[in-house]
Amino acid sequence: MNYKKIGYGLLLLALLAAPFAGAYPVFVMKLMCFALFASAFNLLLGYTGLLSFGHAAFLGGAAYVAGHAIKVWQLTPEVGLLLGTLGAAALGWVFGVLAIRRQGIYFAMITLALAQMVFFICLQAPLTGGEDGLQGVPRGKLFGLLDLRDDLTMYYVTLAIVVAAFLLIVRIIHSPFGQVLKAIKENEPRSISLGYDTNRFKLLAFVLSAALAGLAGSLKTLVLGFATLSDVHWTASGQVILMTLVGGLGTLSGPLLGSALVVLLENKIGEMGAWLARLSGIEWFSSLGESVTLVTGLIFVLCVLAFRRGIMGEIIARLERKP
Amino acid sequence: MEIFGVSLPAMLSQLLLGLVNGSFYAILSLGLAVIFGLLNVINFAHGALFMLGAVLTWMAMNYLGISYWWMLVLAPVTVGLFGIVIERTLLRWIYKLDHLYGLLLTLGLTLLIEGVLRSIYGVSGLGYDTPELLEGATNLGFMMLPNYRVWVVVASITVCLLTWFVIEKTRLGAYLRAGTENPRLVEAFGINVPLMVTLTYGFGVALAAFAGVLAAPVMQVTPLMGQNLIIVVFAVVVIGGMGSILGSILTGLGLGIVEGFTKVFYPEASSTVVFVIMVIVLLTRPAGLFGKEK
Repeated sequence: MNYKKIGYGLLLLALLAAPFAGAYPVFVMKLMCFALFASAFNLLLGYTGLLSFGHAAFLGGAAYVAGHAIKVWQLTPEVGLLLGTLGAAALGWVFGVLAIRRQGIYFAMITLALAQMVFFICLQAPLTGGEDGLQGVPRGKLFGLLDLRDDLTMYYVTLAIVVAAFLLIVRIIHSPFGQVLKAIKENEPRSISLGYDTNRFKLLAFVLSAALAGLAGSLKTLVLGFATLSDVHWTASGQVILMTLVGGLGTLSGPLLGSALVVLLENKIGEMGAWLARLSGIEWFSSLGESVTLVTGLIFVLCVLAFRRGIMGEIIARLERKP
Repeated sequence: MEIFGVSLPAMLSQLLLGLVNGSFYAILSLGLAVIFGLLNVINFAHGALFMLGAVLTWMAMNYLGISYWWMLVLAPVTVGLFGIVIERTLLRWIYKLDHLYGLLLTLGLTLLIEGVLRSIYGVSGLGYDTPELLEGATNLGFMMLPNYRVWVVVASITVCLLTWFVIEKTRLGAYLRAGTENPRLVEAFGINVPLMVTLTYGFGVALAAFAGVLAAPVMQVTPLMGQNLIIVVFAVVVIGGMGSILGSILTGLGLGIVEGFTKVFYPEASSTVVFVIMVIVLLTRPAGLFGKEK
């Protein structure tokens, strides 16, 4: 148990100190947004056993709602975040009601198809700015007091929100409600026979996960100042699955690590390729920067075949075996 | 002649275009259903293998000068063999696991295949000429009928019906259907089920590649051409349900036609109409039009 407390404590300290240790605050904020996104997704896949292939709709949809509220309606950032989150929750309710009507693999296909519909709507609707996306969303002042235009202020606000949301997820998982979700994941027919209305539990888990993904999306818009189509595209749904899988399905810390690794990989793959090219003398590696999908695809295949517990899953399993 | 303010020839040509798309939906959803029946894997890579069929056709023409007609046979065979390798080396290991790993593995394969071809050809379209024999259009008096599109529809429906015939009416098909119901029992009767599984996957993806060859002259050949298609086909599969072969074919063609009509009357909705129909079907017939829940 103590390992975990020390680990989380160190992580928090590192995040608190990061801007002073030379880390680029906007990049770390982006990492935190994706960590929240992956944690929200893991609440659904890792703890309820539902594979949503449509979480991009919540991330990107909320990003547009928050961006529109702040930029066009000129609302304050906290209201923008709230509206984005609520919008994603509402969308999650619609997705959930529809997808829960079918089981297993159909669930994934339905959420993917619905998210694709949201993508096309975002592509065509005049409000979203089509291919250009929503640009120049101002950060404004939080509660009229904290000036978010300052990167450092924005950084600590983001950190506070992400930590609070993460604690909420921990609370949900350890609550009686979370235990029922686990029971549904392990054995749904048995949960039904114990008298639980499993569809209601699944729907609530879906809405919660969507809302938290929406919070991540809204926060990302606030941090970066734009919302684009790439957040609603299905590849973002695939990306969050990869983050959770690499880090460890059904572990709390897995999505944090997984999201950091995947975002770092996407940002640094060009440099890594150049380094590999110098090291091995094979010219092809230097073009690796343009082949992110190739590398992510390879990681997917390896993870599914050989590494299904993910990094944190493996570590936790080792630690538990030892004593 | 006009119907609701749209001229009849314009409508008929959109209808034909819809049927062309519907043919692709039908072939792809048919392959998905056959593979899912025996392997319990939803083959996300179906779109990528469809694309591979088209790109192989383009490559053969440009590098080796092999004609369209040869590729109509060679591309499905090549992709089918590739599928057999995939099944033997990768898919084999995950049958006993949860459904979702099959989807994730094939998703990874999709990204891998698309990534390799993207690093060679980029994302811009590679042009492919319509084969000479099918160039031009036939004048029906009231409209011009583009020959190639008619060929796509006829060839697709023929292949779909042949598949239906083999699965529903022959001894081999009977083994396949029995394997879908209860693979252990079929194996106990001395039938080599693992071999059947491998060949089924190979056949399913060969169908996708066949559709890819047909698509090469009518769609832009790009490494990403299968991406959006596979998601629509997923919606088609949800609407039709994977229980029935004829059901898959009819649903695919029907949705293509609906999409074609939407393009005439309300073009903005043409990319979403299939998903809207999926929502309506889920609300009214959750198991799908021809489905039985598995």
